[in-house]
Amino acid sequence: MSGEAAVFARGLTRRFGDFTAVESLDLEVAGGEIFGFLGANGAGKTTAIRMLCGLLPPSGGEARVAGCRVGRDTGALKRRIGYMSQRFSLYEDLTVLENLEFFGGVYGLGRAELAARADELLPRLGLDAERGRLTGSLPLGYKQRLSLGCALAHRPRVLFLDEPTGGVDPVARRGFWDLIYEQAAAGVTVFVTTHYMDEAEYCGRVSIMVQGRIVALDTPAGLKARTGGADMQDVFLRLVDA
Amino acid sequence: MNRILAVVRKEFLHILRDRRSLAVAVLMPLAMVLIYGAVMDMELRDLKVGVLDLDRSDRSRELVRAMTSSGFIVAAEHLPGREEIEPGFRQGRFLAALVVPRGYGGDLARGEARVQVLVDGADASTAATVANYLQAVVATVNRDLLREAGLAAPFGARTRIWFNPELVSARFVVPGLVALVLMMICALLTSIAITREKETGTLEQILTTPVTPAQVIAGKVLPYVALGALVCTMVLLAGKWVFGVPMAGSWWLLAAYCLLFIVIALALGLLISARSPSLRVAMMAALMVTMLPTMILSGFVFPIASMPGPLQVVCRLLPATHFLVVLRGIMLKGQSWFPLQTAALVVMAAVLLTLAVRSFRLRLE
Ligand SMILES: Nc1ncnc2c1ncn2[C@@H]1O[C@H](COP(=O)(O)OP(=O)(O)O)[C@@H](O)[C@H]1O
Ligand SMILES: [Mg+2]
Repeated sequence: MSGEAAVFARGLTRRFGDFTAVESLDLEVAGGEIFGFLGANGAGKTTAIRMLCGLLPPSGGEARVAGCRVGRDTGALKRRIGYMSQRFSLYEDLTVLENLEFFGGVYGLGRAELAARADELLPRLGLDAERGRLTGSLPLGYKQRLSLGCALAHRPRVLFLDEPTGGVDPVARRGFWDLIYEQAAAGVTVFVTTHYMDEAEYCGRVSIMVQGRIVALDTPAGLKARTGGADMQDVFLRLVDA
Repeated sequence: MNRILAVVRKEFLHILRDRRSLAVAVLMPLAMVLIYGAVMDMELRDLKVGVLDLDRSDRSRELVRAMTSSGFIVAAEHLPGREEIEPGFRQGRFLAALVVPRGYGGDLARGEARVQVLVDGADASTAATVANYLQAVVATVNRDLLREAGLAAPFGARTRIWFNPELVSARFVVPGLVALVLMMICALLTSIAITREKETGTLEQILTTPVTPAQVIAGKVLPYVALGALVCTMVLLAGKWVFGVPMAGSWWLLAAYCLLFIVIALALGLLISARSPSLRVAMMAALMVTMLPTMILSGFVFPIASMPGPLQVVCRLLPATHFLVVLRGIMLKGQSWFPLQTAALVVMAAVLLTLAVRSFRLRLE
């Protein structure tokens, strides 16, 4: 992407009435990077991601994602990003394959393309055996992998994952992170929120958000060195309490 | 186009997977045609009449016999006097009483015979039907008797019930059901389908894709339009085949007005889903705003003319009221010119559509 940041925000702000959910967010994420967007519940992570995806108009500031100005080049932006929301939001009364085909379809993929993409993605997600199963009957970990698959159907350049592994066991989380690594290795920029601090260790760089502001932004190793924390859990607690 | 098709396909899958709703949407209207049609038909066939013959002449006996031989009327009993009529109504022994006055035979010979028909008004909607029906029967029988006697029928004695001479109620029920089906499927089901996506978060997920809100809406409503059209056709055909409900006018004209009404129903559905914070609210709102008024106030079951004044004004504001006038006009009378109703429907469609689009934009931002 010719040196341009995959995700760029300057002064990005969102207010709800008197309350400022995200206050003057500045950040730059390089192409192919795994960026961890950390913060306690209510810190403003989801609000920030929704602005970056063009789902929520900012109250101030500007942002560019995958070379598109957010709020301006909306059509191109949407073709270049994938978004997995914090809530499971696929159709439970559709099968695994039907969900994948639907999301591929609204991204404009044709029939043959869809079939090829499903044959490629489903085995990689470990969902090949489940393609005919109703999504509502799947365990949460499977649903999350399917959500990832639907966000990947159109080969996005930037992937926004909002708490993609909430509520599943460590083994399932580890498996999910293998998929994230695969995408990053293929050149996809991954912007991921989490409140599992062990997952923060897997990221190239992380930011820590407290009450709408970013209070620290560095590599996990850099943050540990700076705060003197033994692990990310420790770092997080020190920064949040400060 | 691919994008809209993807939404259409998905929406059809939702409809097919939700067997219960589908069964209600398809079977309920058909069941209503059969039940309403059959019940009303039976009522008229076995109409019990109390007979009070004060004339006791050959002519009067002839009249009673001619009437009961029609097959639709059963002479429940012969009454000894007027005072027996009211208890008969109260005890439900008969629904109507026929009083043949003294001197009927002589009057008939002079060409000015009169009989009295009393109807139990407790059930207002059937009372009018029964009264009209008996009048028609009496008039017919009188005319035949006169003709036999070699006399011309007096001009004013001919009562005719226009457009529905056999008074088979399926003819009135079927047009009403068409309105009800379109409201149910295009307003109620559509608003539920959209609100559900808002509530489960899938709408937001869709909005992160390049598909535009207009494409999403188009893709979502098209399957319901198709379903609505299908069920309406089924209702019309069932009415035609089972009860012989006529189609005096043009099918194309009927289809055009149905389309106009579908636009109104969809706009209502969109408006409701844009304004409702939750699925529960949307369902209630859709029932209150679309289904109930269509059933109660459109003249579907209860005649508007017998409602109190202010309520009649409310009726005029309902799209279904005008739609029913048009439907009955086309189907029963073969009319094709409805300037007033068309104007009302077009204005309603324009206003509702504008409101719906505006509040949807607000919501999505
Ligand atoms: N639509 C909204 N209206 C009002 N307040 C909101 C809205 N969305 C989020 N908030 C508030 O903004 C804050 C940040 O929320 P969110 O971005 O969801 O945090 P996180 O994802 O970090 O848990 C919370 O206090 C939340 O209540
Ligand atoms: Mg969140």
